[in-house]
Amino acid sequence: MSPSLTVVVVEQNRDRAIAIVDALKETGNVDVHVISEASGLARKIAIHSPDIVLIDIDNPSRDRLEELTIASGPMDRPVAMFVSGAAGQLAKAAVEAGVSAYVVDGLQAERIKPVIDTAIARFQVLRQMRTELEETRRALEERKVIDRAKGLLMKAKGIPEDQAYALLRKTAMNQNRRVADVAEALVTASGLLS
Amino acid sequence: MRTVSLPIAYMPLVDAAPLIVAREMGFDQAEGVSLDLRAAPSWSSLRDMLAFGHVDAAHLLSPVPVAMAMRLGGIATPISAVSVLSLNGNVIGVGNRLEQRLLDAGYGFDFHDAHRAGAALADAAAGEVVFGVPFPFSMHVELLRYWIAGTALAQTKVDIRTVPPPLMAQALAAGEIDAFCVGEPWGSVSVDNGVGALLLPGTAIWSCAPEKVLAVRTEWAETEPHLLGGLMRAIWRAGRWLSKPESRTTASEMLSRRTYLDVSPELIDRALMGEFTISARGEQRQVDGFVEFFNGAAAFPWRSQAKWIAHQLAGRNGLDHAEAGHLGGAVFRSDLYRSALAGTQAELPGASEKIEGAIPAEALVPAATGSLMLPRNVFFDRRVFDPSGVEC
Repeated sequence: MSPSLTVVVVEQNRDRAIAIVDALKETGNVDVHVISEASGLARKIAIHSPDIVLIDIDNPSRDRLEELTIASGPMDRPVAMFVSGAAGQLAKAAVEAGVSAYVVDGLQAERIKPVIDTAIARFQVLRQMRTELEETRRALEERKVIDRAKGLLMKAKGIPEDQAYALLRKTAMNQNRRVADVAEALVTASGLLS
Repeated sequence: MRTVSLPIAYMPLVDAAPLIVAREMGFDQAEGVSLDLRAAPSWSSLRDMLAFGHVDAAHLLSPVPVAMAMRLGGIATPISAVSVLSLNGNVIGVGNRLEQRLLDAGYGFDFHDAHRAGAALADAAAGEVVFGVPFPFSMHVELLRYWIAGTALAQTKVDIRTVPPPLMAQALAAGEIDAFCVGEPWGSVSVDNGVGALLLPGTAIWSCAPEKVLAVRTEWAETEPHLLGGLMRAIWRAGRWLSKPESRTTASEMLSRRTYLDVSPELIDRALMGEFTISARGEQRQVDGFVEFFNGAAAFPWRSQAKWIAHQLAGRNGLDHAEAGHLGGAVFRSDLYRSALAGTQAELPGASEKIEGAIPAEALVPAATGSLMLPRNVFFDRRVFDPSGVEC
């Protein structure tokens, strides 16, 4: 049996970290560490001397890891985001899923693959959940602006709600814009005029 | 008119202005393209978005594509820097502890003299200083290293660490770093948060440093020359608009919007006007040419600029200078710039290389047609870099 792989996961959110670690452990012989604190990130990672580092692509602290990719960095083994051969395809898939992976140079692709595949699948699920959450939040905000715009029209023109809404929709259609954008423009303009 | 949508990645910084202005003022539509601007969470993600084809173009730190061509860092997709988006625009600042020591020593924070600032900081640092920079491959690192090597700081133990710009003020307050070199508005944010003071503008080290470039995959530039041409002309128009003094206030308002930088327009004004508040005590300093998008053929990607960067990187990483100059120099595509901007009013220099650091005052030089005024181009130590003689 090959020696275990050491994987470091950089993730601030505790629930997300647990979900990722659980999934990775199921791939077998891996030793997983989680780092949640961004300060001194490169040095904290170096302590574990990992074979693979995983971090959310949207994490602004990701740039702190780039120091590891320079040979003279704090790690004695150079780390590279894998780019060649079969691993190149993995890297592309990883970027699309929203996880960036740093892998010790020269590590065989077949050893990395199960871990990266699992990470990709897990990050995809987490990303989808986050997108849905954002969409819900945005929809709620848009709803509020549209309601305010409706209210302004009802008051200014003395029309009932359904007519105010129809007017918003008609204007949006004529101008080839989204109803929410027309509503926002109206609310902003009315704020300026009042 | 039908336009082609181009996904473009940028970092929310003052020097993303040419892209944001091209979009907001509709210069893109006039050139038959539509810029779909996407803010990136970090420089490494931005580089990956470009390298793996998620975007067609990007606002990129000028040393990144040069380092990639030299096989430094992780990714080696061939990238072309087709124009310089901005010259200069960085500030060096210190945290409260060093600020107090500098004040106690009677340092006047002239925000101008790099020799004196280096000497004063070396005394105040008492042997050791940790700088924060946005990225390991950046003009920030190059300017810092060049400055340190040529001043009393050469005897100080200096550590340079990567800290994302929006977290710079926080890292300073937490004592994780003692000082920083960062692009605006993040230096001014540290001042306004009361955690630091500004020591020098980047121009005090090199008055004409290529800061950000418009980067595309070389393969994309070859496949889509018409789209690239439209994009470059739209950005050139944006630069021309930005160079008008009366545009500055509007530009600050545009950049400050929530979808872009999401900071107060007053903070952005400081960089665009070159009028800085350098400390929490409200001291004001004026800097000429703090950030330049247009004048003096600022957007022209001189091969000598890329060679200067390659020369610095080669020196630190123990690589062959001649080969580095060859690989790195080829990244700045003066040829593509000339073909895309031919037929516009853009000033095209007669040469594609110049001796960097050799223009002590504005100078008239031959252009492709007529002549053009090149801006002051000096290093603080008055050395020059001749791209044809790599051993300088």
